[in-house]
Amino acid sequence: MNNSKTIKKSNNTLVMNLLKGRTLIVLSILVVFFSIASPTFLSASSLLLIAKHVALYGILGIGMTYVIINGGIDLSVGAIVGLSGMIAGGLINEGLRMFGYTIYFSVPLIVLITIICGALIGIVNGLVITKFNVAPFIATLGMMYIARGFALLRSNGATFSNIVGKEGLGNTGFEVFGRNVGGIPVGAIILAIIAVIAAIVLKKTPFGWHILSIGGNEKAARLSGVKVKKVKIMVYMISGICAAIVGIITASQLVAAHPASGESWEMNAIAATVLGGTSMAGGVGTIGGTIIGAFVIGVINDGLVMCGVSEFWQMVIKGLVIIFAVVIDQFQRNLQAKMALQSRNENK
Amino acid sequence: MDKVSLKDFSQNNVCLHAECMDKIYPGTKALDNVSFDVIKGKVNVLIGENGAGKSTLMKIIAGIEQPSSGKIYMDGEEVLFRDTTEARKHGIGIIHQELSLFPNLSVYQNIFMAKEKTRGKLILDNKTHIGLTNKILNKLEHPLDANTLVGDLRVGQQQMIEIARNLIQDDLKILIMDEPTSSLSQQEVDVLFKLMRELTAEGISIIYISHRLEEIMKIGDYVTVLRDGKFVANAAVKDISVPWIVQQMVGEGKSYPKRDRKIDWSRQEKVLEVKDLTLPKSGGGYLLDNVCFDLKKGEILGIYGLMGSGRTEIFECIMGLRPEHTGTINLEGKALKVRNISEQLDRGFAIVPEDRQREGIIQTLDIGKNISLSSLKNYAKAFFVDSKKENKFIDEQIKDIHIKVADKSLPILSLSGGNQQKVVIGKGILTSPKILLLDEPSRGIDIGAKTEVFDIINQYAERGLSIIVISSELKEIVAIADRVIVVSNGIKTDEFSGDEIKEESLVLASYKGHYGN
Repeated sequence: MNNSKTIKKSNNTLVMNLLKGRTLIVLSILVVFFSIASPTFLSASSLLLIAKHVALYGILGIGMTYVIINGGIDLSVGAIVGLSGMIAGGLINEGLRMFGYTIYFSVPLIVLITIICGALIGIVNGLVITKFNVAPFIATLGMMYIARGFALLRSNGATFSNIVGKEGLGNTGFEVFGRNVGGIPVGAIILAIIAVIAAIVLKKTPFGWHILSIGGNEKAARLSGVKVKKVKIMVYMISGICAAIVGIITASQLVAAHPASGESWEMNAIAATVLGGTSMAGGVGTIGGTIIGAFVIGVINDGLVMCGVSEFWQMVIKGLVIIFAVVIDQFQRNLQAKMALQSRNENK
Repeated sequence: MDKVSLKDFSQNNVCLHAECMDKIYPGTKALDNVSFDVIKGKVNVLIGENGAGKSTLMKIIAGIEQPSSGKIYMDGEEVLFRDTTEARKHGIGIIHQELSLFPNLSVYQNIFMAKEKTRGKLILDNKTHIGLTNKILNKLEHPLDANTLVGDLRVGQQQMIEIARNLIQDDLKILIMDEPTSSLSQQEVDVLFKLMRELTAEGISIIYISHRLEEIMKIGDYVTVLRDGKFVANAAVKDISVPWIVQQMVGEGKSYPKRDRKIDWSRQEKVLEVKDLTLPKSGGGYLLDNVCFDLKKGEILGIYGLMGSGRTEIFECIMGLRPEHTGTINLEGKALKVRNISEQLDRGFAIVPEDRQREGIIQTLDIGKNISLSSLKNYAKAFFVDSKKENKFIDEQIKDIHIKVADKSLPILSLSGGNQQKVVIGKGILTSPKILLLDEPSRGIDIGAKTEVFDIINQYAERGLSIIVISSELKEIVAIADRVIVVSNGIKTDEFSGDEIKEESLVLASYKGHYGN
């Protein structure tokens, strides 16, 4: 009797550890599967391509992770990607017309302006949510249409092509964000830097605690003296900044800014976040998990393309993977609760 | 004022003085011109029935809510707390009645939330956090791994974390404890009391709210009694006794006319019989512990108990909302297998829930639809609702329960609280139930409407409907019930019928359940 209990318990612990590493396990299975199914999958050029795509989903996913841990959602990030690309591309090709003059900025300034625009959009999201009590889903859904609308308005729906700048105007070099440095895409390097900073902030700073606390129990956070509104606005601002950075990288990778770029990428970001173990109810999640989640999404997308699977089947498969991930997540939660109860009873 | 000498309430040892506090919520006055003194280095007890205004007063002192009018003085200077952070700066900490912890975070994160220690103002100093956490938990005689998730702890342990959070404050002057012992074991309570003695010896003042009268006699130094948002009396604990407190809490006030029904209940048939109803609590212990009672035909049975005593849980078990309960429920002599609420409704149970706004009415539907909602299938013709038949029943019911309404297609929110409650009762009655369960039917409605609601309840009882009423208002339950059972801490502590139903005995019985553990 006693013996069988111990076996069951160690079984539970084993299952638990498997569950905790599930996204990594899924990722390994996918990599093995695709390298068998498609001979080109493990080649340097296709891995570079995957890394470029993962960088985009990963950076968006980091912002989204903050938002979801905080108990919200941000549907506007895909549209902000499109708008920021248009802002940056427009500033390079057409400059800023003001008082009858046209001003051309250098690339670092353009990057800064674009990021500030993304931050401002995020702040507006946060203000609408906290000051007017609009549900995050609705507020950011509205912002999604507004940002996409402005992206299309900027050039009346046209693309800014060949955004390399002119030597004489001193605004060359924008395409650097789409290049490789030492064989690694710049986007992936940016992802790595942002991920490290974001993980440290979440784990090691008071601000990170406050994000987690609001997602866990907003009322208790307020009563503890956490500045709930300020933290929420900051979180949406960070998500906006991440989206603007992705917008810059995308435009740079393509050497063109297209107003429709980033469409439905918010869904990829949410999928990466959820696959990484972040709870949609808030309060639980890690940056590392989201990065692995972004890899899963990237590998599925590109791997299926390399295998020649039709775009339509790609969607079906992606959907199944996401639902499967959340089902397993629930399973893990139940098991965790059961184990906690068990150990509590044993301690008594 | 009472016989008690008030020389202790002189200016120099009062560390906080709240003067003429008013707090008005839409529809009710939670606090009415209450003044309150906190004596330095003592345990200041605040006591009163549910809704007496104790928690409201504490929330104001802790900066969670702002008074409608009134002033707070600390050490002779006026202070103003716009939020908890400002109150905390003045050395005021509060342990909440409901746990306000973060289940997703660890023990030390919970303790230091919004009071983080940092290195270089940026990076959290978790070594210090964990060290201080261990120190404080050892002081509380509750060593725990500081990395444990709070969601994995027992409720009693969580309560200790809540207490620990307040003790790490360096300049703590006043500690408010709103029913801190409600989920603690006796051993944990002893540790807490020892700690309270240590704190007061250090000059920290404690404001203590508890429903357990014997605890107040043991730990309290001064007691202040509130009733219906008003100050009633204060005294030094050494000068008073438990009956004095009960008398102050109950007051004399006017009461509702006592009904007089000349029925020999022993000869009436039993409609409902509940035996050994037991409901386990998720963190250990019981919400209901072997509760037995019966209900006769046409009888109004009252259930009296404090908040959290298990009274609402009795209804939840009967209605099938708590499938984990054990015990037998017999309806007209037949044992029932209680599985879910719709089955219970079909068997002839109807419930009027406690929270009218959230569970009683559907705000978006009109008056008529709210009345007919539960009995819609009676008016169904194939897949459609026969509106003619539906309207006939709605009109009859509106007349029957005296709802003053110009048009039944008006929104439900256009009615007053009292009329809304009548609609909810009418909805239950249209299902032609055998047993009607009413949870706090007079909550949040004015005196006139209360009397009308009671008239309706009486009227249906006369017609043979068996009714169980939960109420925390003594005068009401004394006036309306043929028989009253009292629950306390999940235990049925007493039963009264006819002339035995008296306010004092009900109050005493409602504390009894806590003596045992």
